[in-house]
Amino acid sequence: MSKVIYEIRKNTYYDSVTLMLISKEVEKIEGVHEALVGMGTDLNKELAEKLNILTDEIKEIGPNDFFITLLADENVQIEDIVKEVDRMLTEKRKNSDSDYMPPTLNSALENQPESNMVLISVAGEYAADEARKALEKGLHVMIFSDNVSIEDEKELKQLAVEKGLLMMGPDCGTAIINNVPLAFANAINKGNIGIVGASGTGTQEVTVVIDKLGGGISQAIGTGGRDLHEEVGGLMMLQGIEALKDDPNTEVIVLISKPPAAKIAEKILKAVEGIKKPVVVNFIGGDKETIEKYGVYAATSLEDTARKAVALSKGMDVKDFEGFDLSDEEIEKIVKEEIEKMDKDQKYFRGLFTGGTLAEEAIQIVSKAVGPINSNIASNPELKLKDVNKSEKHTCIDFGEDEFTVGKPHPMIDPSTRAERIVQEAADGEVAVILMDFVLGYGGHEDPVGETLPKIMEAKEKAEKAGKHLCIISSICGTERDPQDIVESQKRLEEAGVIVMPTNAQAARLAGLILKEITN
Amino acid sequence: MSNINKLFNSELKVINIGLEKFYQDLKEQKVQVINVDFRPTAGGNKKMASLLSKLM
Repeated sequence: MSKVIYEIRKNTYYDSVTLMLISKEVEKIEGVHEALVGMGTDLNKELAEKLNILTDEIKEIGPNDFFITLLADENVQIEDIVKEVDRMLTEKRKNSDSDYMPPTLNSALENQPESNMVLISVAGEYAADEARKALEKGLHVMIFSDNVSIEDEKELKQLAVEKGLLMMGPDCGTAIINNVPLAFANAINKGNIGIVGASGTGTQEVTVVIDKLGGGISQAIGTGGRDLHEEVGGLMMLQGIEALKDDPNTEVIVLISKPPAAKIAEKILKAVEGIKKPVVVNFIGGDKETIEKYGVYAATSLEDTARKAVALSKGMDVKDFEGFDLSDEEIEKIVKEEIEKMDKDQKYFRGLFTGGTLAEEAIQIVSKAVGPINSNIASNPELKLKDVNKSEKHTCIDFGEDEFTVGKPHPMIDPSTRAERIVQEAADGEVAVILMDFVLGYGGHEDPVGETLPKIMEAKEKAEKAGKHLCIISSICGTERDPQDIVESQKRLEEAGVIVMPTNAQAARLAGLILKEITN
Repeated sequence: MSNINKLFNSELKVINIGLEKFYQDLKEQKVQVINVDFRPTAGGNKKMASLLSKLM
């Protein structure tokens, strides 16, 4: 027999990611079938209800109250679970337990009066208020949180422009200011390339490749994904361009965004038209000729963006790069070897991504080789997946989208949902190639490769038992100075039979070549 | 010089409100950072929060 047991603690607050990760651990305890550890928000109550572990007492609590609820075997005692949860909470706080943590922004400022940047990652409904308070005090702001209304975003950015401040976000995943990585960002060499990016993993990939090529970053300003929407009008990208233009340490400017509204694209390009510093623009999938009319360099991929920026920063020739680091012969050999091992039914592509822009770029590159790709991020309604949990023909999935992150941390923090999906895809005998990203750096999971490897091996074995060969191609977005060990990560993937390419674009290109060869 | 360019010439000093992981990461890199032990104002009651913010 199973029973629902729970514990409530009034006025005890923990951040949502910590609690989501702990929920996952509690579920693994023997005898526990379902578990939710969270704050008493409406969303968490809803999740508990769906799992049939919502009690009347939990219904009554508020967002400042903490609860644990679970469905477990008769012999499981709530006291033991509480003890375990407390142990995990202490563990997570071990490095900061003795630090004084003021309760408000005001009191933080009293304690650290020379503060100049506020990094906000509270639930979306509270983020705008905190940002407003910070801007009014003359502080620069980065909002990592999503679920902030576009009206609030516009108002906050207008206030920032008025005060000459940075208002990065909402939904800004990545920034590097004065060489300090904020939120999800990598450890990158200092240098003379300044970036304004409306896309988090796009900026991560460009900065990482710049670093690999021996270049460096002066600043990487994030704007949040909606900055170039018509309603916001590119306010922060324009502000960022202005700052980099005047920054003596920036000699090359790079702009990264998904294709903006036409009117806004023109506004941005006009803003860079007369600048004396070379400018590289990557409006992912944007029209090259239109961009080049403004006297700037148009990039064809994130890697190409980095290559052009580094060439310009070193006074070298600028060329389009759409190839591989490996020689043609080496690439041909890989393609041939992979196809030889497959059986005749294997023909489909499955992209499984934790980084949104990396997924977007993969779709663009692979679709050139195989035609339309279904996705949960497709703008064409005909290509939009009906059920995100079920791939159809060629499919590419961004696991960072809302469908996968309600009540769960982003896949860059918790890669388990994506890992499970690899095995699911392997069970489909028509799948030929799986393409994946691994994003390292600050903010993310401490070992995304280690967390995913068992599932990769399981998937490969499963395919093999069915007489197939599952080709898994990946790239790692990271540098050698990131907290995770990139060299070891690559080695472990390769030992498991994964082909690791130097960039997302090259990984996608290789996937495209293999799939094209199969259909020929 | 604009405020942003002034920031580029200063040492970054951060107030973190939200995920403690971001605070830990900055601390690990020896960046000056202080973490706010955030709780929604007035227990998340929006009307009460808005009244309080007018008082403060």
